[in-house]
Amino acid sequence: MEDSKIILIDALVKQFPIGGGEFTALDGIDLTFGKGEFAGVVGPSGSGKTTLLNIIGSLDTPTDGRVSVLDQSIGDLSHKKAARLRNEHLGFIFQTFNLLPVYTVFENVEFPLLLLKMTAASRKNAVQDALEWVGLSNKVKSRPAQLSGGECQRVAIARAMVKRPEIVLADEPTANLDAENSHNILQTMEKLNAELETTFIFATHDEKVIRYLHRKIHLEDGRVVKDELIDKKN
Amino acid sequence: MIALKLAYRNLVGAGLRTWLNVIVLSFSFVVIIWYQGLLEGWNRQARRDMIEWEVGGGQYWHQEYDPYDPFTIRDSHGSLPEGLKAKTEKGSHTPILISQATIFPEGRIQSILLKGIDPKQKILSIPSEYVETDVEEIPAVIGTRMAKSTNLKIGDLVAVRWRDVNGTFDAAEARIVHIMKTNVGTVDNGQMWIPLKRLRNMMQMPGEVTIIVSDKDTAVSGAVAGWNFKDQDFLLQDITEVIQAKKVGISIIYLLLLFLAMLAIFNTQVLSIFRRRKEIGTHIALGMTRGQVVRLFTIEGAMHGILAAIVAAIYGIPVLAFSAVKGFAMPQAVDSYGLAIAEKIFPTYSAGLVIGTTLLVLITVTIVSFLPTRRISKMKPTEAIRGKIQ
Ligand SMILES: Nc1ncnc2c1ncn2[C@@H]1O[C@H](COP(=O)(O)OP(=O)(O)OP(=O)(O)O)[C@@H](O)[C@H]1O
Ligand SMILES: [Mg+2]
Repeated sequence: MEDSKIILIDALVKQFPIGGGEFTALDGIDLTFGKGEFAGVVGPSGSGKTTLLNIIGSLDTPTDGRVSVLDQSIGDLSHKKAARLRNEHLGFIFQTFNLLPVYTVFENVEFPLLLLKMTAASRKNAVQDALEWVGLSNKVKSRPAQLSGGECQRVAIARAMVKRPEIVLADEPTANLDAENSHNILQTMEKLNAELETTFIFATHDEKVIRYLHRKIHLEDGRVVKDELIDKKN
Repeated sequence: MIALKLAYRNLVGAGLRTWLNVIVLSFSFVVIIWYQGLLEGWNRQARRDMIEWEVGGGQYWHQEYDPYDPFTIRDSHGSLPEGLKAKTEKGSHTPILISQATIFPEGRIQSILLKGIDPKQKILSIPSEYVETDVEEIPAVIGTRMAKSTNLKIGDLVAVRWRDVNGTFDAAEARIVHIMKTNVGTVDNGQMWIPLKRLRNMMQMPGEVTIIVSDKDTAVSGAVAGWNFKDQDFLLQDITEVIQAKKVGISIIYLLLLFLAMLAIFNTQVLSIFRRRKEIGTHIALGMTRGQVVRLFTIEGAMHGILAAIVAAIYGIPVLAFSAVKGFAMPQAVDSYGLAIAEKIFPTYSAGLVIGTTLLVLITVTIVSFLPTRRISKMKPTEAIRGKIQ
């Protein structure tokens, strides 16, 4: 079990400069995540959820402490290495979907694969698989503007999943969705988690999301106040 | 390759604004190439006309001869040098004697040059055969400009007065036997072409000449003592300079045009980087390096240039080709530049011109597209993702 830990966080501190001083957004976080987890960081607004996800996602760097993702130390990565880590191993799902408006659904999902220098044929297969997972095989040629919010987020999930990453980071993925769509995409992600053993880490304060989590990490003022495992067997 | 593909998707996806930029830019392309082609066409036509009517394959000038100094013309003549006699006989060289004179058209006084030419010469396009006639007066051929300024018509008589080699004044009447039409003002304005023999008699200068024009197909003949050989380059220097000056002058116009196009593209780039910062953040989250994003946006901007080249080719090639075939009618006023200018100029477009212009535009567009991307490197991906303004 120990050797399947893919994220190790040790005494993580993150400070932001504000005005003359520093604001401490994360204050000594110790956490580990294993392969195939379906975990969520929960807590009130401003507690540091997004900040934590950003650092795990190598979009930001720790002020202090160590964060290791797939044996790579986030604080020490060059821009290029960080980009490569994200490209090859991490998937992102955003609150605002962040699809590229001029691209079709197919092209949006294909985008990460273009950076991976895959052949056109294998790209096509992968994109078709991913769209099948999220149930959008019939919208290949649509553009984001022609899709509903739920469909957009499902495209985003397909985009995050298409390269079969080890870790998917989802920051408030349901904030712009109604209840039905929220359940829908969570069921999709739960299924992918089970089938592909992808680690999912959410940041959320949405009850609809929290109900699906297998692990809840409670954050308050930049500290972990509770880390509970939920038994889903019953 | 990926960057190209993505840039193309983005650019074409951006729609109207892209095409507006592309059209403005393509317009710069066509105008630059057309105008440079026109000047080049003018240059070639002017050189050709000058060679045919005046310069030939170059000229021997008597060492005292200075076309810009009317006072020395009286002394700048000599007998045909030995070395050129045979060539003149053969017709590969033709002598011209130049003297000053005064004419009195309609009671006015006008100072002119009398140019004595061999009626049988074939080297210049001057229709010298017309002066070989048995009219009693001095038979004279003049150009249309001269005819207009003196109001002389074919058959008219005009009084001519001159001083012979001894300084004695003499006068006679000349009869206009022909009016020639030429693009070359310098064989027309303020001069009359008369038979060489007749002029020699009038001036009492038997066998004398001022310049000797060589055939344009004859290779440069060797040096001749007392005579300076002026080659085509020297004699056509004025045209070269005027055309060069015009090229420089006109480049201000299209630099302005290019500048406008660049401004539009720069503006588009700045705006699109600002509007699309969320997209930039997303690109970075999906694993692009900043360098790749910068490259993407630069290529996207630069692609305006490529699209413009294509669009310019689509409507430019027919327009330019049509213009090259049909010629471009020059306004009458242009004649006053003092350059040989035809009523119609046929632009000529060289490969160098087209390639040079394309490179110029592409390089400038690329630079202009790159400049605003420095903002991208300053963006924080975490904030760009959320579309926050920094
Ligand atoms: N770039 C920054 N500069 C300064 N302060 C920041 C910055 N980013 C985050 N913070 C601060 O850090 C704290 C944690 O922010 P974070 O976005 O991680 O909270 P969150 O838990 O995601 O909140 P929410 O639920 O509202 O999304 C907040 O108080 C925020 O103001
Ligand atoms: Mg947040």
